[in-house]
Amino acid sequence: MNPTLNQYLSPEILTQAIFVLAVLVTLGGALLAVLHREIVHNIFGLATCVCGVAGLFIFLNSEFLAVMAILIYVGAISVAIVYAVMLSVPLYRKKEPRRLSKLALSFLSSALAFTSLVLIIIRTPWEPSGVTGADWSIRRLGILLFTRYELLFELISLVLLVAIVGAIITAAVVNKKEPGPGSGEGQA
Amino acid sequence: MIQLKTFLVIGALLFCIGLFGLLQRRSLIAMLISVELMLNAVGINFLAFNRFLAPDPAVGQIMVLFVMGIAAAETAIALSIILSLFRRQRSINIEEAAELKG
Repeated sequence: MNPTLNQYLSPEILTQAIFVLAVLVTLGGALLAVLHREIVHNIFGLATCVCGVAGLFIFLNSEFLAVMAILIYVGAISVAIVYAVMLSVPLYRKKEPRRLSKLALSFLSSALAFTSLVLIIIRTPWEPSGVTGADWSIRRLGILLFTRYELLFELISLVLLVAIVGAIITAAVVNKKEPGPGSGEGQA
Repeated sequence: MIQLKTFLVIGALLFCIGLFGLLQRRSLIAMLISVELMLNAVGINFLAFNRFLAPDPAVGQIMVLFVMGIAAAETAIALSIILSLFRRQRSINIEEAAELKG
C-alpha cells in the first residue's frame, strides 16, 4: 500500500474504472455476438458479454449469481452451441450478402425500442420500498429455495428434465424417410 | 454513477442489441445467441431492481436463477431442433425453412 499510489488511485476511482470496464466488456461482447458474420466469433462474443454481465452482477451485490452466470452461460450454453456449430454449419460455406433493407429495418425497430425504453426509465420516478432487508447471504438463498420457493424449484427441475429428454428425442431419433446425414442434396 | 438508472439503461441497451441481432441474422444459431443476450439483459434488470428498490434482496436473485434455468432448457431444445432441421434441409438458414408456408 504505497501512499502515493493510494493518492492517485482512490478506491472510489478504482471502483468506477472497474465498473466502466465491465460495461464496456458487456457491450463490446454483445456487439461482437451480433455483428460479426462468423458464427464462432459470435459465440466468443456471447461468452465475453456474459463475463461482463457477471461483473455487473457483482456490482449489484449478487456474487453467487455472477458465479452461476459464468458457470451456466460460459461453461454450459456456449459449449453446447459450439457443439451444435460443429455438427451443423460448414464453416467454409459461402456467405450470402446482407440485405440492406432488412439491416436498416431491424436497426430502426431496435433503435425505436431502445428510445422508448430509455424514455420510460428516465420519466418513471423510481422509489425504493420503505423496508429493505440486508441479508444478502447465499445461506438465505438456499433456505428460501427449499421453503418458500420449493414448488418453483421442483418445477424447474422437472422442466429441465423434460427439456433434456425432449432434446435427445428430437435430435437423435431419425425418421427413415428423411434424407439421412450423408445423402443431402447440397453438400457444399 | 453506480445507480439504478445506469443499470436500467445498460440492460435496455443489451436487450436492444439482442433484438437487433434476432431481427437481422438469418442463421438459427446466431438468433439463439441473440435470445441469450436478451435474457441476460432481463437478468441485469431484475438484479438492479433487487439491489436498489426491493424489500427483500433474495427474491430477485432467485428469480434470476430461474431465468438461467429456463435459458438452459431453452438452449437444449433449440439446439436439438436446429440439429434435426439441419439433418432435414442441409441448412440452418431461417429463410430456407419455409416448408409449412402455404
